[in-house]
Amino acid sequence: MIRQVDDALPLPHLPRDEDGPVFTAPWQAQAFAMAMALRDRGVFTWEEWGQRLNAEIAKAQAGGDPDHGDTYYRHWLAALEGLAIEKGTMGSGELADRRAAWDRAARATPHGQPIVLGAETGPAHD
Amino acid sequence: MHDDPDHHHHDHDGHHHHGEMSELSETEIRVRALESLLVEKGYVESATVDTLVELYETKIGPRNGARVVARAWVDEHFRQRLLSDGTKAIAELGMGGRGGEHMIIVENTPEIHNLIVCTLCSCYPWPVLGLPPVWYKSAPYRSRAIIDPRGVLADFGVVLPDATKIRVWDSNSELRYLVLPMRPAGSAGLNEDELAALVTRNSMIGTGLALDPKALAT
Repeated sequence: MIRQVDDALPLPHLPRDEDGPVFTAPWQAQAFAMAMALRDRGVFTWEEWGQRLNAEIAKAQAGGDPDHGDTYYRHWLAALEGLAIEKGTMGSGELADRRAAWDRAARATPHGQPIVLGAETGPAHD
Repeated sequence: MHDDPDHHHHDHDGHHHHGEMSELSETEIRVRALESLLVEKGYVESATVDTLVELYETKIGPRNGARVVARAWVDEHFRQRLLSDGTKAIAELGMGGRGGEHMIIVENTPEIHNLIVCTLCSCYPWPVLGLPPVWYKSAPYRSRAIIDPRGVLADFGVVLPDATKIRVWDSNSELRYLVLPMRPAGSAGLNEDELAALVTRNSMIGTGLALDPKALAT
């Protein structure tokens, strides 16, 4: 009953519109997907998510963000971090430590190689 | 070839420094930290995130919604089911799920033109339209769609007869709307796939109309 119109209408790799790709960086897609996954796991409801995201957007606007849509995923990420901590999935100190660990890992990884956690603990061979 | 936008060029006095190290932007660090902790603690599977990213980047887009609209144009019974229970009718076509739990389809007629907005936080019918365009998420659209919908439509190049009323639907976390645009004149001989090609994303948000088949043929 469902015909494969997808074959007749091949989609470009990224959905685009007049403004360019919908995601402008991979991290935006990851942040988007993490929110979907946490909601699917029941960590928060869509209602809680909507309220939190709205609060982040309002906060940014109050701070002078013109909010033209290009900073949207920054607000999205801030809402995600806030809810993840509030719902007890992780502590804020733990998150701060982990950020520092990724920063160290990156700085210990030769350019062009995949950055992995723990890279800073051993000598960078290869 | 570097594809890392955060690659920093340092001055190495004209020769390549073989041991140059990586650097992540603050935002990338935040995302990696969050994801690695959520994966470690079992809230999220790394594969799930990858799958979702791929799904939304390549599989789900406005074409899903266009198929729903085209089916409604050719199948009167489907159209009626769609208008009475959008969620269920969309599920018939194998779509639905995330962000589309409660879909309400609003039909454009010569008397009524529907426009969708989410003033609160840019809720969007992801399963049928993919990801929202940048302007949909912008504060000017979110506020002006309510205050001056006719002006917003004019910005998008849509001018409606004065007699046509504009109805604005404010989405929220529970309810997602999709506009069923009017089937364009001159589309009588087209099959369902050809009709779907006339259905733009904006026509399903209400900031556009379905394409004119003549314009498409040229």
